[in-house]
Order: sequence, then structure tokens, then C-alpha cells
Amino acid sequence: MKNQSVTSNLDWITVLLYFILVVMGWLNIFSTSIPIEFIEFDFSDFYGKQLLFIILSIPIIIVVLTIDAKVYEKFSFVFYIIGIVSLLGLFVFGKTVKGQTNWYGFGSFGLQPSEFVKTATSLLIAKFLSDSQVFLKNTRHQLIAFGIILLPVFLILMQPDAGSAMIFLSLILVLNREGLPEWYLWTGFIAIVLFFMALLIQPIYILIGIIVIMIFHYLRARRVDRNPLAYLIVFVAATSFVLSVGFVFDNVLEPHQKDRINVLFSDDVDLKNEGYNLNQSMIAIGSGGLIGKGFMEGTQTKGGFVPEQHSDYIFTTVGEEWGFMGSTVVILLFVTLFLRIIYLAEQQKTKFSRVYGYCVASILFTHYFVNITMLIKLFPTIGVPLPFISYGGSSLWSFTILLFIFLKLDANKVNEW
Amino acid sequence: MRKAVLPSLIIFVTVAILARLFYLQILDDEYKLKSENNAIKIVYEYPERGYIYDRNGKLLVANQPSYDIMVVPREIKNLDTLKFCELVDITKEEFDKKLKKAIVYSPRLPSVFLPQLNKREYAAFQEKIRKFEGFYIQKRSLRDYQVSVGANVFGFITQVNPAIIEKNPYYKSGDLIGKQGVEEQYEEFLRGRKGVKYIQRDKFNRDIGPYKEGIFDTISKQGDDITLTLDIDIQKYGEELMQNKRGGIVAIEPRTGEILALISAPTYDPALLVGRQRSKNYTELYNDSIAKPLYDRGLLAEYPPGSPFKILTALIGLQEEVIDEQTTFFCRRGFSYGNRFMKCHDSGGFSLNAGIYSSCNTYFANTYKRIIEKYPKPAYGVDAWSNHLKSFGLGNFMGYDLPPGRRGNVPTSKLYDKYYSAGGWKSTTIISNSIGQGEVLMTPIQLCNVMCAVANQGYYYTPHVIKKIKNHTIDKKFTTRHQTTIDKQYFPPVIQGMFDVYNKGTASRLQVEGIEICGKTGTAENFTKINGQRVQLTDHSIFVAFAPKDNPKIAIAVFVENGYWGARIAGPIASLMIEKYLKGKITRTDLEKKILNSSLESEYAKVLSGQPFRINL
Repeated sequence: MKNQSVTSNLDWITVLLYFILVVMGWLNIFSTSIPIEFIEFDFSDFYGKQLLFIILSIPIIIVVLTIDAKVYEKFSFVFYIIGIVSLLGLFVFGKTVKGQTNWYGFGSFGLQPSEFVKTATSLLIAKFLSDSQVFLKNTRHQLIAFGIILLPVFLILMQPDAGSAMIFLSLILVLNREGLPEWYLWTGFIAIVLFFMALLIQPIYILIGIIVIMIFHYLRARRVDRNPLAYLIVFVAATSFVLSVGFVFDNVLEPHQKDRINVLFSDDVDLKNEGYNLNQSMIAIGSGGLIGKGFMEGTQTKGGFVPEQHSDYIFTTVGEEWGFMGSTVVILLFVTLFLRIIYLAEQQKTKFSRVYGYCVASILFTHYFVNITMLIKLFPTIGVPLPFISYGGSSLWSFTILLFIFLKLDANKVNEW
Repeated sequence: MRKAVLPSLIIFVTVAILARLFYLQILDDEYKLKSENNAIKIVYEYPERGYIYDRNGKLLVANQPSYDIMVVPREIKNLDTLKFCELVDITKEEFDKKLKKAIVYSPRLPSVFLPQLNKREYAAFQEKIRKFEGFYIQKRSLRDYQVSVGANVFGFITQVNPAIIEKNPYYKSGDLIGKQGVEEQYEEFLRGRKGVKYIQRDKFNRDIGPYKEGIFDTISKQGDDITLTLDIDIQKYGEELMQNKRGGIVAIEPRTGEILALISAPTYDPALLVGRQRSKNYTELYNDSIAKPLYDRGLLAEYPPGSPFKILTALIGLQEEVIDEQTTFFCRRGFSYGNRFMKCHDSGGFSLNAGIYSSCNTYFANTYKRIIEKYPKPAYGVDAWSNHLKSFGLGNFMGYDLPPGRRGNVPTSKLYDKYYSAGGWKSTTIISNSIGQGEVLMTPIQLCNVMCAVANQGYYYTPHVIKKIKNHTIDKKFTTRHQTTIDKQYFPPVIQGMFDVYNKGTASRLQVEGIEICGKTGTAENFTKINGQRVQLTDHSIFVAFAPKDNPKIAIAVFVENGYWGARIAGPIASLMIEKYLKGKITRTDLEKKILNSSLESEYAKVLSGQPFRINL
């Protein structure tokens, strides 16, 4: 007889990783937000509120684990609709902060629905793909899958919050795992590469490069695969894409988005204006050295040089105070968590659970990737939180729900046939 | 394959992140420095510079407070430039120039905007300082000279230049450093150690408390006082005597090597190089290429020693046993060698004693000839002779504790082989060495040191101006005895000759009641170039002496440029200095009056006049 209790089937490794990350996150938030003269614990300060968020996440976890696993699959569409409505509601009831309308305000607390919509969208994608009639080779099914993802993306872009919208695009990795023709991923990947290359080097050189690669491909391809029309289409598409990058950059991107790309590639930036954040973030991390300046000893952290250090820039505190060693520990904890989720996903007996697991891994990984690389000048600045570490109730709770639904599904797999 | 895409991507991205972090945090130091500049303000507390005393404990150099206006260009905000300029009395153009200079040094670091305000200017500015964000006042201490002499010994204080800042991290822009003299030589003792406070700042540059509770902070350490060997009374007296003359005086206590007076004329008031006028005054002194007041003639001027060198010729002759006390040479108003002739002012037979007190050229030419010819080859003779000279500290830096110096010159056989080709010369070719008119060159301090060795009958101590450093001991090399190659027994006859210089010789009119002085006059021919032509100038007046004869307390060398014969100007100065030092008062007021009133300016003007002129008048 199999033990059906949630606690005994729960993947405690993942739970442990979760708690370690949350505690590390809180320690760093504490360090960034306590005043020099620490007198008494203050629940209205960032560290105090985050502690409340952490404590409140425990009943949330219990609720998530108690709800019957089938509910998530059955009501996925309902969750999705609620999510979409909550996004629409923002345009009426939302609070506008720094030009973005992405919050519902409740007194001193706020709720960011786009965080929760990630979970809802993941559930619906999993539900859709788990239908035995659905094949991603089928163009109509592809369109439905893209539609599920792009509807919230569209609404979030209207806020506008390009960072959160971008996270949804990572679900293409899930579709790829589930049989989406590979050229989608390749096209996306090549488009990103070409975009940055077009900003860096003269288009003519890129075009020469494309031609050279195509000639090689042609020579190495089997005779039957040498379809001249295909080469022509690819060439025309790549060329027009490369040539349009300049136009897109100049006319479509917002000034601050242009700045973020300029800051990444150019050394000639104004460190007081558009270059300030990245420069301070690099200084904080770079000055950490091997073992860091010590907990609560970071001079950059104490001086408040890094903006938004408790939220999107929290990893700069890790880098400064815990150094390369501490940063590596945090990064390895994340990687272990991701790989553990993927491993568990592959063990699932139902396609729904597996797809959902992949969604969780992709979303968490994309946050991690975008958040950390933007701090160390590997990627343009895009404001997304670092899961479990960054300050914020919405993000902590939504990541908690996202993760623990999967753990519930995983714990339930013994009951699946 | 599809399963592997996401894990591969995760691994790939993570490796990239770790590599990047490794580079930023461990390989690249740039961010550590930036972080310190960013978040930590360094505040210096400048200690008072050590005082300087003379050998009798008289205070020579003290301090006065001074206030610099400092600027951190980056922090300037909402500045009312006109008001600022009005307050510190500068023009808008000057303001812009100074600010630009500060920005070029560093927009982030403080640099001196306006140095050395006096108390009144400071008070006016201090009142309004809150209105001038980015500016602040740094208190430092400046020199306050209690005497108006000794500038060449003291040196001066100046702001460090960028080259020094780069070489020595102790100094920051605007710091003061000793230049020349003891200020430079004993800088590390005098300056003390400045205190450093590290203050943590936030992004608005507000102080938010000491960095790491101040564990890196240091308190400033007061500079150590130093006592010089100078006797400021005779230093002052010497400078007075040298007025309107050019040259150098060096007086040393033979028993210890302590420099009692080091005079270079012309000189300047040390107070000229203090305060806001320092730079202007320094440029003026520096650009005076005729009188060269910054040029320490006592240490740097290399003169042909002239007749005082005969003392060395005599000593070497005795040591080499080519003459003895009884050796007599016959002089016929000169010394013939080959088809040439060295003139002498007297004639008759001369013993060693008479040779010295009458300064007979013939006597020493013969002696020198014998020294060189004692050896199988003239080259060996010359080298034996120069080794004797070198044992007196000649021909090399002496190792005294003042920054500038010259080697002087002691010729060796190599030099003459080069001049005349090997074997192409003999003793008579170089005979003018015998009377100090050849290739031998000495600085006044070297000549004085020779006097010390003679007074001590065979040894000397490296001359030095440092007597005591508070909390430290002075360099051992100043208490180490240097033995010359001349045996003690050969000194008394030479000393007797020098004594007779005063009794019945060339300085017989310079006697001082109650002091037995041994001396030697010198009159050195010298040349300069005017429009490329070698022109002879009026002789240098030279005098060396020590006293008292039996227990020497002072040795002195006096060079007066173009002062004509030795007993004319240099001799009286030496006698007066000795009397002043040993008696504390002057009985030879006739000499004193004559010297104080004598001026050689007309002599120096001749060279510049562009007209033909006559010399030795």
C-alpha cells in the first residue's frame, strides 16, 4: 500500500532549497534596509515586511499542498480567466508607480497580478498540451498555445512592464520540450543574436557572415536538401531583419530601453544618469572580492549607492557582502533547484504535471538569468525580481505558489496511473 | 535531445555568470578602488611639524597655523562664483583657472584651491563656508622662522608635486613637504605622521559614521624636533660679513665634524618662502641667474683651492719621505721647469716652515716634483698622491646630511693619460697641482674638512648639521672616525707653519689677541667665458684656519669669489668668525668695520658690463 500523505511524498530537497534561498534573501534584505543605528525591529521597514511575507507564505504553502491536485488541472482555465481579468482590472483600479500601472494597492501593501498570472498561464499551457488530441506539429495548436501565452504578454506590455512580459516568452522552452518544431527556438535564438550584432557592427559585415554560413551549409547539405528557394527565403528574412534593427532601435524602443542597451555596449556613458545603476551595481559586486566584506559590512550597501537594492538589485548585496564564495553558493543553490525541478518533471506520470514542472523551471530560470546578468553587464537592464531572494510579497508568494503547486503535483504522482 | 535543451541552457548561463563574477570580484581590482572612492571619505589631520633648534638650544624654526581652501570639484553645487571671488579676493579668470586645474587633478579628490590664507582671510571665509558647497578649509602648519638667516641650511616647505605623489603614497595633493636643507633631509622626522580618519558616506555624500567603527583610523603623530649643530650667532655673523660678496664659509668643530656655520652668499630671508607669496618669491630667487641666491656655494661651488692646498702637498711630501722638516729649496722668484717658469712672489732659501708661512710656490713645486718622481713612472706617483688626497674625503661626495653636493675633483693618472696620451706627460706637466691651481677642485666644505683633519692631526668625522633628533639617535656614520693616510707625526711641523702664517707670514696682520690661530691664505686664479672667450677674472680670495692651535675648537674655510688675495677679504672673515665663536665678542673691530663696508659688487659688475676690464686692482 502506498503512503498517500502529502508530507511523506513531498520532495523535501526542493523544500529545503526553497527555505535556504528565502532565508538568505531575507538576510540580505535586512542588511540593505536596516539603518546604521539599529534600535528596534521595525515591521514597516523592508526587512520587517519581508519577514511578514515569509511567515504568511507558510499558510499559503499549506493551503496549496492541501488542495486536491486535480483542482489545478480542472480549474486551470478558470485561474487563467481570473488572471486575465485581474490584468484588465489594472487599467481601471491599478496604481501607477514610476509610469507602470501594475499594482493593486491595499493600504501599505500592494499586489502585482502579473506575478500570479505566470502560474495561471503555466497551468493552462500544461492543461492544453496534456490533451491527447493536441500536437504541436499542428499549426492550429501552435497558434492556440501561442495565444495562451501572448494574451497576458500583450496586457502586461500595455502596463507597460516589458520585464514581466519577457518572462512569459520563456515558456517557448516548454513548448520546445513538448514537440514544437525546433526552428522556432532557433529562429528566436538567431534573431536575438542578430539583433545585438546589428547594434554592434556594420550590417554589411553581418550580411557577409550570413552568406558565408549559408554557403558552408549548402556545401555540406545533402543534395536533396539543397532547396534554393529555402536559402533565398532565409537570406531575405535575415537581411531584412538585420536592416530593420536600426529602425526598430531608433523608433520603436523607448528612450530608457535604448539607454539600457547603450550602457551595455558602450563605455562612454554618463555614470551619473543612464549609466549610474549599472556602474554602482558593478562596483558593489566587484568590490566584494573572494569572501566579501562581511554581513552588514558592505560599504556600498550601507551607503545606499545601489538603487532598488532590496528588490531587483538584491544580488549586489550578496556580491558585496558575501563575495565570490557567497555568490557562488547562492547561484549553485538556484541551479540545483532548477535541475531538481526538471528531474522531477521528467519523472512525472502525467503530461500535465510534466509540462507544468517545465513551466516552473523555465520561469524561475528566466528570472534568475535576466536578474543576475543585468547586474554584471552581460545583459541589458530589465527589471525582474530574483525569485525567493528579492523583496516583495507578490513575487515571493507567487513564486511560492508556482513552486508548491508543482510539489503538490509531484507528491501526488504516486496516485496517478 | 529536446530534454537536454533547458538543462544545457541553465548550465551554460550559470558558467557564464560564474566566470563573469570571478572576473569582477577576483581578477579586476578596479571596483574595489571605485568602491573606496565612492563610499569612504578620508579625512586627514595634519600634525605640527617638528621644531628646529641650534646647538645652544635656541629656537630657530617654529610653526604658524595656515589655512588652505580645498575643493572637491564634483561636489560643487549652486555656487555663487562672484561672491566667492569677492570674498577671497581673486578674479573670475583666476577662479576658472584654479578650478580647471583641480578638475584636471581629479573631480573626486580634494585639491588645494587657494593655499595658505592668513588668519583674517580665514575668518572671513569660514563664516560663509556653508554657502560654498564643495569647498572646505584644511588647517596645516607653516614655518615660522625665528631668525632671518640660515635659509640654505633650513631649506623650505612646499606643496608636493604630482611626481612625488606618484612615487610616495604618503603624500596627497596639497600636502606639504620639505625641500632642500634639513627640511628635505629630515623630512620623515620633522613631518611626523598625519592622522587618517575613514568616514563612511552614503550616496548623497553625507557622513554616516566611521568606517568599520574606526578600526583603520590613526591619530596623528607630532613631528620630532631636531637640534642642529649650527651656532646661530656665528651663522648670522658670517652672513653679515659676506654681505655684498659672493662665496661660501664653512665652519666645523674638528673634534666631532659638527658644522658650526654654513654660509652661502648671497642668500635670502627664509621667511620669503612662506605663505601665499612663496611661489612668486621662489620664482624670483630661482630666476636670479647672476647672484644665484638658491645656489649653496658652501656645498656646491667647486673652486681651485689655491695655496691652502700647499698644506696637503707638504703633508704628502713628508709622508712619502721626499722631504723632511729641514729640506730647503732655493727660490729665484719662481720655479723653472723645462722651458717654462712658475712665478713666485719671493726669493731666497726656504725651509718647510718658511715655505708654508711665506706660501712659496717654488718650495711646493719642488716637493710635488719629488713626490711624483719618487715612483718609476709619473702615473704611479700621481696615483699615490691622489690616494692620499682621497683619504681626506676629496674627489667624492662627503656623505654629509644636506641634500646637495659635488664631488670636487682629484685627478688620477687615467685623466692625464687621456689629456696627454699615456706616457706623454711627467711631473712638470702637471706641476700646477702642487699649489692648488691644477685640476684639483674642492668645495668649501671639503676644504674645511681638510682643515679638520689637519687640526685633528690625521682624522676627521663626516661633517653634519644634525646634533639631536627627539626620540631618535643620529646616523652612526657621523660618529665614525675616518683616518687619513698621513701619520700623526707629520702634522706638527705643518701646523707650526700654519701658526707662523699668523705670526710672521701672509696673515700676520690678522692676529687676534689671545687666540692661537693656524691658517693659510690662498689666492686662486680663475677664468670665465665671455662670448666664448676665456677671460681671466680677479683672483678668488681664500682662507683656511683652525683655532686654538693646541685644542682646536673650530676649523674654517672661506671662499670669496674675486676677492683678490687671501689676506684681503677671506682672511679677515676667518679671523673674525673664529674670534666671534671662541670669545663671543669682537676685539678686531678695525677688521670688522673694513669687511662689513667692503663690497665686491663692482667687481661682479665688470663681467656683465660688456666692456673690457682690468683685474686684480
